Amino acid sequence: MTSARRGGRPRSFRSARRVRHRLAADLALLLVAVAFAVPLGWLALASFNEHAGLRTSLPHPFTLGNFQAVLTPDTTYTPMFNSLLLCGSATALTVAAATLAAYPLSRYRSRFNRPFLLTILFATCLPITAIMVPVYGLFVQVNLIDTLWGTALFLATAQLPFAIWLMRNFMDGVPTVLEEAAWTDGASSMQALWRVVLPLMGPGVGVVTVFTFIAMWGNFFVPFMLLLSPDQLPASVSIYTFFGSYGTVVYGQLAAFSVLYSAPVVVLYVAIARRLGGGFALGGAVKG
Amino acid sequence: MRGARRTLLRGLPVLPSVLLLLLFLAGPIAYCAYIAFTDMQLTGASGTHFVGLANFRHAFADPGFRNAVVLTLVFTVLSSIIGQNTLGLGLAAAMRRASRPVRTVTGAVVIAAWVLPEIVAGFLLYAFFRREGTLNAILGWLHLPSQNWLFTLPILAVSLANVWRGTAFSMLVYSAALAEIPQDIAEQAEVDGASAVQRMWHVTLPMIRRSIGTNLMLNTLQTLSVFGLVWAMTRGGPGARSQTLPLFMYEKAFQQSLIGYGTAVALLLLVVGALFSVVYLRLLRTEV
Repeated sequence: MTSARRGGRPRSFRSARRVRHRLAADLALLLVAVAFAVPLGWLALASFNEHAGLRTSLPHPFTLGNFQAVLTPDTTYTPMFNSLLLCGSATALTVAAATLAAYPLSRYRSRFNRPFLLTILFATCLPITAIMVPVYGLFVQVNLIDTLWGTALFLATAQLPFAIWLMRNFMDGVPTVLEEAAWTDGASSMQALWRVVLPLMGPGVGVVTVFTFIAMWGNFFVPFMLLLSPDQLPASVSIYTFFGSYGTVVYGQLAAFSVLYSAPVVVLYVAIARRLGGGFALGGAVKG
Repeated sequence: MRGARRTLLRGLPVLPSVLLLLLFLAGPIAYCAYIAFTDMQLTGASGTHFVGLANFRHAFADPGFRNAVVLTLVFTVLSSIIGQNTLGLGLAAAMRRASRPVRTVTGAVVIAAWVLPEIVAGFLLYAFFRREGTLNAILGWLHLPSQNWLFTLPILAVSLANVWRGTAFSMLVYSAALAEIPQDIAEQAEVDGASAVQRMWHVTLPMIRRSIGTNLMLNTLQTLSVFGLVWAMTRGGPGARSQTLPLFMYEKAFQQSLIGYGTAVALLLLVVGALFSVVYLRLLRTEV
């Protein structure tokens, strides 16, 4: 029965069906794409619209005034600089600590490796949101509250488990032959890491760095809880001033600011997207 | 003895990470477990007393807490388990049949929604769901009745928002998983006359069940700790009709200054998260 059908199905019929399937799939995907694009369209159109409201409409009249209005030290430059300082220093710390930690985990056999890695993986999954109340309490007691460096330390730690996990996976992909040659020549393990391993895993370090930075740049809850003075707030929190004391919200300016604030992470993501590629084995990538 | 010293020396680079994790992650968790059993208030640490399980008894008797638990369940099931997971799988499956340009465009739009900072996503969807927003404009254009979404069905609106924001991750996970299914198995089933639904149910799903488990676990953990998205859209309101557990915790701890009570809720959230993490580790067991 089966073999008869197998032989009896004409080729043209099957390819016609394949075309039909492709059309159906295209149609379904386009429908979803449009649904996902509508809110994004509002953002793009409203940022150029002088009289932007909540409803999506073509800019009327078209203007760059929204961008001009928000590109002031108070509204954009200071918060963006704060974001850069906070996320930049925290990313540097995370990547440095993760690189150091990944080296022994990747290169030496030890009975501590497995429990340590399991703990790390467990920590990548913990809901950071839940510990923000005690972190606030601790920060008040040790006078770290409302300090940029204290917040950076916490952000760095929150991203650290995932960065270690990712970094070790990348390091496992670097063959040990070259290092063994370096050891024979009398290099210490830290010299081998710095001179031999890191140059070979440049793309891996890049992915970890960009990924860590993107996660921190978008983080709202941590700086929202730990930073208080307005002149220290990063862009993710200062965006609230658009809803502030003035009563009415200027939606065009809110959209323009959102575009400026989102631009760096979108650019960075595009830069590493190829490397992440299909092999998205980044379990735990989107924890909050 | 020499072996122990060598292990110690080799493990030295892990030290910075261990210190950070102990100070800023393990410390707060331990502190969380401690103040959850006290009556600490924001106004001063002097009057803090050990109160045993009083906070937890209070929580389970508190209608506000039960409301938050129910809403968190609705939010998680709707947006994570049904929404992101199913839509992500559907998109990944359709992408395998669709033509290349459609696949690229859809992927880009869905991923853009994911890469945007959380708070920007919150504003975009606030604008989309508002009474005078784009969704009602579209409904009016289709001659369908409009709704004041953020008032009548706030939990549905924030759930859809979370689907919008989080589906990309599932899509990437499932795209990778589907790409690993050997082509001849799928073709064999097709030749044998299995319908698309039958193939999905009997061939594809069993083969990617590990990815399904991993994805569900990570989606759920992520969704449990969503704060910024809901905060930007509704602040948990109107009333408390979209107040999920993280928002409930925040309100108790900071707006009502009941740090002890808020932390007890946080501890429950943390325990639920930890349980999910353990299940996730078991799913991954062979990979570590």
